[in-house]
Amino acid sequence: MKGAKSYNFLSILLGIGLSVVTVLVLWLTIGSEMSQGAKVGISMVQIGAVVYFSFKFGWWKGLCVGLVLFGLTAGMLNEVPRLPIVNESIRNLYYHVPMWFAMIIMLTGSVVYSIKYLMKGNLDDDRIATELARISTVFGVLGLITGMIWANYTWGAPWSNDAKQLSALVGTLIYLAFLVVRESFDDDVQRARVSSVYSIFAYPLLITLLFVLPRMMADSLHPGGNGNPAFGEYDLNEGMRVVFYPVIVGWTLLGVWLADIRVRTKRCEAKLYEID
Amino acid sequence: MKLSCMKSINKILTSIAAMMLSTLTFAQGKEVEMADGLRSSGKIYVVVAVVVVIFIGLLAYLFASERRLKKLEEELEANKS
Repeated sequence: MKGAKSYNFLSILLGIGLSVVTVLVLWLTIGSEMSQGAKVGISMVQIGAVVYFSFKFGWWKGLCVGLVLFGLTAGMLNEVPRLPIVNESIRNLYYHVPMWFAMIIMLTGSVVYSIKYLMKGNLDDDRIATELARISTVFGVLGLITGMIWANYTWGAPWSNDAKQLSALVGTLIYLAFLVVRESFDDDVQRARVSSVYSIFAYPLLITLLFVLPRMMADSLHPGGNGNPAFGEYDLNEGMRVVFYPVIVGWTLLGVWLADIRVRTKRCEAKLYEID
Repeated sequence: MKLSCMKSINKILTSIAAMMLSTLTFAQGKEVEMADGLRSSGKIYVVVAVVVVIFIGLLAYLFASERRLKKLEEELEANKS
């Protein structure tokens, strides 16, 4: 998020090329003869390295375009397990689930920038933290809506007061409140300070809501809960993982891109007021 | 007469129930339904093409908006100095 790092046609092409390489390497790793844990670990390291280099060379927008396009096409065409009830809707794993993963990753970034603001007092860090939280909330709302559509056809109703559904709703509302409360301050520094502190408290609460509470409830309908007939994280077959991991990175980068545009708009506004 | 009629109706009902039960078990034993026809006929590619075109269109819009923003940033920078 170092701001207006210029991109050109070539960097987009190189980024798309990098996304092709990423998918191929992931495919080799996941298809190889290793233990499940090793495969997951190695592919995480590979993805981390790719993201790091894409930012370093300014190719990340191309990487984003390539990975999301790959997700949209391969997500529809690849072979998926034949499971009752979910049928083809298992493909929503490539479209609905990345919303939540991208949201969590970007909110983690947001908290890091909030802490950075409190430590250094640079208003730009607050801008980045807020815009990451804003786009995350949009992703969260999209995740809730797509989840309701999916639930309608697999669980029989759009809303069944499932533990994870409820806590995802509460988590999204917490961040909506964050964005509304911020606007009630006139003073920039006061606003930044209060919202940074709020964000640092909201984040652990969200993690508890999304990952701890649903697991403590007896029967969540979501996969991973006990006695669930659908699919747990470990039922994901290899073909699905090859699409699933890149898709998460792609959508997260798209969110960062959108946040980046708003951060830069706000920087322009700040500069305008400075001139006045 | 009436009794025999009842008996035959009973027989028919039982056989219908048996038939339904057998189809039910048959349906359960069947393979899980997937959109195979769609894929084998090749038409899923049409949907994929539509999705891709929409996404590329939105991306073009995103790039165009960003270009305007970049111009604004450069202008502000020039004004400042």
